Formats: sequence, structure tokens, C-alpha cells
Amino acid sequence: MAEAAGLPAGRAVRLRIDSDGWIKRAFMAVIALYLIAALALPLYAMLSKSFVTYGFDLSRYEFQVSDDSGTVWGDPVSAATLNEQLGRFGPDDLRSSSDGRLAVTELFPDFSFRSPVKYRIRGTTDNAPYLVGLDLQNSTEWRELDSNTFRRVNLRPVTTTGLQNYVEYFSNPALFSSIENSLFIATISTVLTVLFAFGFAYALNRSCMPYKGTFRLIAMMPILVPSLLPGIALIYMFGNQGFLKGLLFGQTIYGPLGIVIGSVFFTFPHALIIISTALSISDQRQYEAAESLRASKWRTFWTVTIPGARYGLISAAFVTFTLVITDFGLPKVIGGQYNVLAIDIYKQVIGQQNFEMGAVVSVVLLIPAVIAFIVDRQVQKKQVSLLSARSVPYQPRPDRRFDLAMLAWCAVMGVFIAGIIGVCQFAALINYWPYDLTFSLRNYEFNRMDGGGWGAYWNSLELAALTAVIGTAIIFTGAYMVEKIDGFRTGRAAFQFLAMLPMAIPGMVLGLAYIFFFNDPANPLNPIYGTMTILVVSTVTHFYTVGHLTALTALKQIDAEFEPVASSLRQPFWRLFARVTVPVCLPAILDISIYMFVNAMTTVSAVVFLYSTHTALASVAVLNMDDAGDIAPAAAMGMMIFYTNATARVLHALASRRILSRTQAWRVR
Amino acid sequence: MTTSKLLTLGALALALGTTAVRAQTELTVYTAIEAEDLERYAATFNEDHPDIKVNWVRDSTGVITAKLLAEKNNPQADVIWGLAATSLLVLKTEGMLEPYAPAGLDALDPKFRDSDTPPSWVGMDAWVAAICYNTVEGEKLGLTPPTSWADLTKPEYAGHVVMPNPASSGTGFLDVSSWLQMMGEEGGWAYMDALHNNIAAYTHSGSKPCKMAAAGETVMGVSFAFRGAKEKAAGAPVEIIIPEEGIGWDMEATAIVAGTDSPEAAQALVDWSITQKAMEMYNVGYAVVGIPGIAKPVEHFPANIPEKMIDNDFEWAANNREAILAEWSKRYDAKSEPKG
Repeated sequence: MAEAAGLPAGRAVRLRIDSDGWIKRAFMAVIALYLIAALALPLYAMLSKSFVTYGFDLSRYEFQVSDDSGTVWGDPVSAATLNEQLGRFGPDDLRSSSDGRLAVTELFPDFSFRSPVKYRIRGTTDNAPYLVGLDLQNSTEWRELDSNTFRRVNLRPVTTTGLQNYVEYFSNPALFSSIENSLFIATISTVLTVLFAFGFAYALNRSCMPYKGTFRLIAMMPILVPSLLPGIALIYMFGNQGFLKGLLFGQTIYGPLGIVIGSVFFTFPHALIIISTALSISDQRQYEAAESLRASKWRTFWTVTIPGARYGLISAAFVTFTLVITDFGLPKVIGGQYNVLAIDIYKQVIGQQNFEMGAVVSVVLLIPAVIAFIVDRQVQKKQVSLLSARSVPYQPRPDRRFDLAMLAWCAVMGVFIAGIIGVCQFAALINYWPYDLTFSLRNYEFNRMDGGGWGAYWNSLELAALTAVIGTAIIFTGAYMVEKIDGFRTGRAAFQFLAMLPMAIPGMVLGLAYIFFFNDPANPLNPIYGTMTILVVSTVTHFYTVGHLTALTALKQIDAEFEPVASSLRQPFWRLFARVTVPVCLPAILDISIYMFVNAMTTVSAVVFLYSTHTALASVAVLNMDDAGDIAPAAAMGMMIFYTNATARVLHALASRRILSRTQAWRVR
Repeated sequence: MTTSKLLTLGALALALGTTAVRAQTELTVYTAIEAEDLERYAATFNEDHPDIKVNWVRDSTGVITAKLLAEKNNPQADVIWGLAATSLLVLKTEGMLEPYAPAGLDALDPKFRDSDTPPSWVGMDAWVAAICYNTVEGEKLGLTPPTSWADLTKPEYAGHVVMPNPASSGTGFLDVSSWLQMMGEEGGWAYMDALHNNIAAYTHSGSKPCKMAAAGETVMGVSFAFRGAKEKAAGAPVEIIIPEEGIGWDMEATAIVAGTDSPEAAQALVDWSITQKAMEMYNVGYAVVGIPGIAKPVEHFPANIPEKMIDNDFEWAANNREAILAEWSKRYDAKSEPKG
């Protein structure tokens, strides 16, 4: 012991960073900077709005009152002093919003607009806004007004910061009940979607039913259309003139019922992808063991299948929940009187231009989304690989009755999904529902309607193509740097957090945040405002997370040995990146790009605030046409988006097959 | 690259450059007018001003107003041509409009201009509230069409009336503010209490109630006459009813955005926006325009619209908007909430 204590302390071991390490760090820093500029800073600009409050500061104004002759003036007196004497306004009355006004005549009990008395008003500080009529004044100069004009003087509120907006929000029962509604809708939709999607995924992976390929295609269809399209279809089916109205037994489709059905439709493929992946990984040996232990099928299902798929189920549940709670297209189209959080943001911002309250609702909306996200991350961390080298992939055995039941279930879901798309197609071709049922292409004459016409469609194509190319490059490079960099724990964790954040941000919040951040003249990035660039940036950012996760999954499959080998052969990392990493990950890269493309075609919520003259978009046109009540043209434009996305997917499938056969030969022994 | 190629490129760049110099002044114009009218308006304007190119940014009234306010510190628009006067009043109180007295101002009906001198905005045309009534669905249910606002509260209409939500639609606010002005504060709220019992839905868009009536989704929708006329022209079985008590109205108006880079072109556009030619252009879709005596009757529009328009106090409406909406939400938003 004594000898050991006498030994000199060894040199501290530090990881030496080579030039590759520095270049990787530089790349990561660039992409992190991108995420900060395109996500963190705009969000900060938006959320800080929620603390901006408005109130009337009476001490900023002074008045002088003349005698009846209008020539002899009394002493100047501050509005605050007058209010103290009269006790006219309490602190509650002095709180306001950006559009608030306070009539000054309230401070003069003997005011009469017919009297010959004259009044003077001035501000005592630089910022003392008031209105004469509707003309904004802001000056420390006295302004003289006759009594008839003085009647039209209103004070304007000034800004302070504080929690007042939150207090107001939580004390307003109408706004507060939206939280309840949002949670209710999201929960019901999540339970149903996960249940339905599980059944579908189970049939695809664990049965020998026929037509699996067809069902897989049908199930993916909802991802190709804007989320408000099912709303339109539901109105045609179950609205007051709907041809299936009888099926509702007097219930109305406008409200929670419609939102839930529509939500199940548009979240179904998202849940299906995740659950199907979870079910596709399973070990035949576990089932054999269960069988030899004479476990019943039912018991095997609950003790082998469900535990194996539980992480996928949880993940699917959270994705669905977040999608439903942040969507505003559906509740707007078919929500009727049912207020949800996303609609409240719309009402506050678009209806009343109350950005501060809109920001408060955004923060409230962030909470469930962020919680869902954190819980999901925690659960994912616990996941261990189910497959080892000795696993035997599960092979379903034919079982006539079971296969038929599965087929029936898939057929029901397939009819539901294809039916909704079919109704939209029907709606787009009908002349004037329900009074003129002749077919025509009139609804495709977009240039006669709201929303930018055919130009909007071409813009959308351009946006989708740019987003697919640029977005994929940024996302994949970012994921590579995070995954393959040595050391640098904190930086990687921070990057990871930034990359996961967009999932929890409602698009509308992102869109408004972009206005506040990018339209600031002091911002050096200001020139991109109003251009296609800002649309691409917002779309890439909005859909960053899923692309990032896909890229990470693919990168994790590549053996970590490649890097050390390349480095010992003195090969720079970019050669490895170009020669090995990218070719190996090509299927994932194609998946990311098609995901970006499809979503750029359908997204509405963020870009609705950002498009300008030359950059109107097809998806926004769907929203605007529906808004103006042009439902059939909205359906027609929605179908244009569908055709485009379907074509893109077919091309993607063909390209994938060719590339796979050329670059992925190593996957097969 | 060879020298000759470079030279060609250079010449091309030069040619492009010179056309850019000679090119027209471009104006970014924010608007809420109907999409199908955009091209016609710009083309008619260009007949007289071929040197000014109009770049439209069009959206619904609420979105455009929100956009303008959000861009307050760095306005992108040069001119606002065709936005509700009530929205322009909001912008005016924020000091965002450049006062300007356009040529020919005297010809305008005094109702159709900002009362300050020089005015911050000038009116184009008026859109008036109206009830769209679906005769086919009404007959199926054995209803008789209403003739007044008071009729809308009749018990047999329960669940057959749709109106826009004033908290999200300008048309909705127009209706509410006109009822309060016509019936007085107390009478107005009492009326809305009664009406609320009959309302099937409050929509987020002002034209939607009429569209819904046209499509038979509801029997009657409180909307505006322009929408009803469009639907009727498209073949819908709707009647446009002008309630006998009088109707609220708003106007589409034009204003220069303070701080525009092209003040001369902006002024030229505003000058032109109140010429006789412009008024005739508006008259294609709108029955009431800014210069009296020009308007010809428009197909499907009831003839008595001008005399039924109330004496709308825009300043009162603007100053009380916040309080009215707060009261409205308190009364009907919380109450109408279906419990999940």
C-alpha cells in the first residue's frame, strides 16, 4: 500500500482529436447552427411573446381643462391622479390586450360633449400612445381638443412583461375547456388507431392471408393526402346531405365524432409503420418454446407477442397522440363547435390578431406534446435488441380460419381508407353537390378559385423537390456526425435534443415563430423572408425528427469497426462516407427523401403564414378553398396532391428496387 | 469556357440587366378580394398603368390582417387594396398606414373614406350582411323563409341556422356589431341569447354559412349577399334575404402602407382605385360602390340593399371590439361547448 502511494500519478489520458475529428465537429456545428437558427431562436422569439402583456399606464398622460370660455386653463393634472381621486378604474380594468382602448372621458365625471370646455392632452414620456378618433398619437406636446373631439380620445396600452396572459388564460373557462377536449380527442383517437393498426400489422406479419401487398399499399394512402381531406370526405358521407347519414342514427358528424374518425384515418399509416416494424422482428424459437409448453394461442399472444411488440406499441401511441393534438386542419373542417387547442390558436391569431394569447395557447399545446415525447424517449432507451445472431425469423403457418378473419379485418380497414379517398375523388368530379350530380372537370379549374391556382401546384412541386433533396442532405449528414463522432458527449446530446424537438412543435407555432424571427429587420437572415427558401427551411425543420430517426437507425446497422479500419488505413472519413456509408444507407436515404417530399406536398400549418405572391402552395389552396366553402375544388386540389404523391411513391419504389439490387447485394448471403 | 462563350454570356447578362432597369415598378399588394377577381383587377389597372406591376398576396381577411400586424416592424406590403375597413382601422391605430388624399377624393361618398384629412384609407365597395336560405331544404322541413332578424329566433328554426363566429370571422363581428348598434346594448344581447338557441354551428369563415346553405348542409346561413349571389349563379337553390330591420355592412378599402419603397406607384394605384373605371370594375360583383350613382344592379342581388344599410359606426365598432368579443365568448363559447 505504501509503495503504491509513492508511485507518481500517471499522465491524464485524453482522447486526441485528429483532423477528421475536427472536420466532423465542424460539420456538426454547422448543422447545429442551422437547427438553432431555424428552430431554437424562432421558437424563443415566439414563446417570449406569451409573456408580453398590455396595460394602461395612467401616469404617462397629463390633461389640462379650460373654463367655459375655452381660454383660461387649469393646472395640468396626471391621469393617474384623476383616477385616484375618482377610483374609476381598478387594476383589473387597466389590464388589456394589444387591441385595448380606454376612454379618457371616464376620468371626467362632468364631461359633456356639447360643453364649450376645451381639453388638452399630452404624454409625459416618449411612449404614451393614445388615439384621437382612430388616429394614433404619441407625443409629449400638448394637443388641444374641443369637447366633441375629446369624447373620441382613447388611451392605448403599453407593453410590460409578466404572467398575466397565463392567469387570464387559465381563468377563462371557454379556453380552459379546450385542454380537456384536446386531451379527450387525442386519447380516444390514439387508442382506436393503435388498436386498428395493430390488427392490420398483425395480419400483415403473422398470417398467411392473400393480397398482403395490396393491403400494404392501401394502408399507406392516407399519408399521401392533406389531413383535412378526410374531413371533406366525411362531410360528403355523413354531413346533413351525406349519402350515409342514416348510419349515424341522428348523431352529428360535426364535432368530436368527425375529428376522431378523421384522425384515425390520417394517423393510421404512421402507427402501422411503427407497429409493423415491431412485429416483423420476432424469434420463431420463442413460439416453438411456447408450443412445446402447451401454452394456448391466447396465452402465447399475451406472453410472447405483446411483450415483444410493446415498445413499438408505445411509440406508435405517442406518435399518434402528438399528431392528433397538434393538427388543426381536421377540427377546423369538421370540428363544428368543438373547441380544441389548435383551433384556439387559430381563433386568437387569425380571428383577433391576439398574438400574445396565441403564444400562450402554443405553450400549453407544447406541454402534452413534450411530455409524450420525453416519456417515449425514456421507454425507447430501455429497449434491448430482440434479435441475436441465433434468432430464427418467425414464419407464419397457414391457418384457414385465422387467415380469413385477418383478411376480413384488413378488408374492413381497406374499404374505410380507400372509401374516403374514393369519396374525395367523387366529390372532385361532381358538378354541384347535392343538386347537380353530373360529372365535370369544372372543379379542377383552379385558376378561378382561391389559393393561387395551378401556379400553386407547381410551387408545391418545387418545394417538395427542394425539401426532399436539401432536407435529406442536411438530415443525413447531421445524423452521421452525431452517430460516428468520437467523444464530445455534451455536444452530441444537445444536438440530439434539437433534432428531436420539431416532433413536438405544432406547425402553426413554427410558422408564426418564423414571422417574428425572420421578418425582424435587424436579423441578418431577413432576406429569405417571403421567398421559397424560407418555405424549404420551415418544412425541413418541421419534419426533421422522423428523418433523423430513420437515418440513425440505418447508421446504427453499420459496424462501428469501419471507422477505425479506415482511419488505420489512413483514409479520410469523407472517402469512407462516400464509398461505404452512403451506399450502404441508400435505402434509408431514399426513405427520408420520399418522406420529405410527401410531407412537403401535404403540409399546411407552418407554411400558411410564410408563403407570398410567388410561392402560393397547393396544400394551402386546399385549406383556403375549403375555408371559402369551395369544398369540391378543395377536394380536387387534394386529389392532385394525392396523384402527385402516389406517382412519387411509385417512382421511389422502382428506384429503390434498382438501387437495392445494385448496392445491397451484401445483405444476402 | 471559350472567350466567345463568355462574351455571349456577358451580353446576355447585360441585356437582362437593362431590361431589369427598364422594367416596371413592382408593388406588393396585400388583399382579401376574391381570388377569381385578382387577375381582372390587375389587368384593368394595367390598361391605364402598364408600368406598374401588381404582385398580389391574397388570403382571407383574418390571415392577411394577422400577417400585416406580425410584419409591423418591417412591412412587406406597399399597398393594401381590398381589405375590410374594420381591419384597416386596426392597422391605422397601430400607425401602419400612410395618410394620402388621392385625386378624385371628392367624388367618393363620405361614408366611403376615412374621416380624417388626409384620409388613411378610401373605400371601394360595400359588402352587406344577408341571410342565405335554401328553398329546397326549407320546403322539405315545411319552413317558411324569414324576413327579418327577429324571425331567426322562431322556435321552428332550431338547429337550422348557421352563422360565423365573430371571434374568428370579420363577417361574424359585422353581424354582432350591427345588432348591437340597431337594437342597443341590452336588446342586442337579448336577441343573440334567443338566436343562440337556434344556431346549429358557428363557423370560422364568413362565407361558409352561405356555402353550407347552398349545399343543403343547413337551411339558412347568416353570411353576406355577395356569396349568396355567387351560389345562386352556380345553380344552388338559395334565396338571398335582406332582413327588414336593416343590415350591417363593411367595405373593401385601399390604403398605402407607411414606409413603402415605391410611394409614387403606390399613390398612382390608390388614385386609380377610386376612379370611375375602377368603380365600374368593382360593380361587376358588388352592388354598392364608393362613388354614388355609378352602380348598376347586379344579377341575383336584391334591389333594396342600399336603403337597408345601417348607419354603421366603424369607430365605435373598432373601439369596442375587444369588449364585445370577450362578452360574446363568455356567453356562447363556454355554453355551446358539447361535453365530451
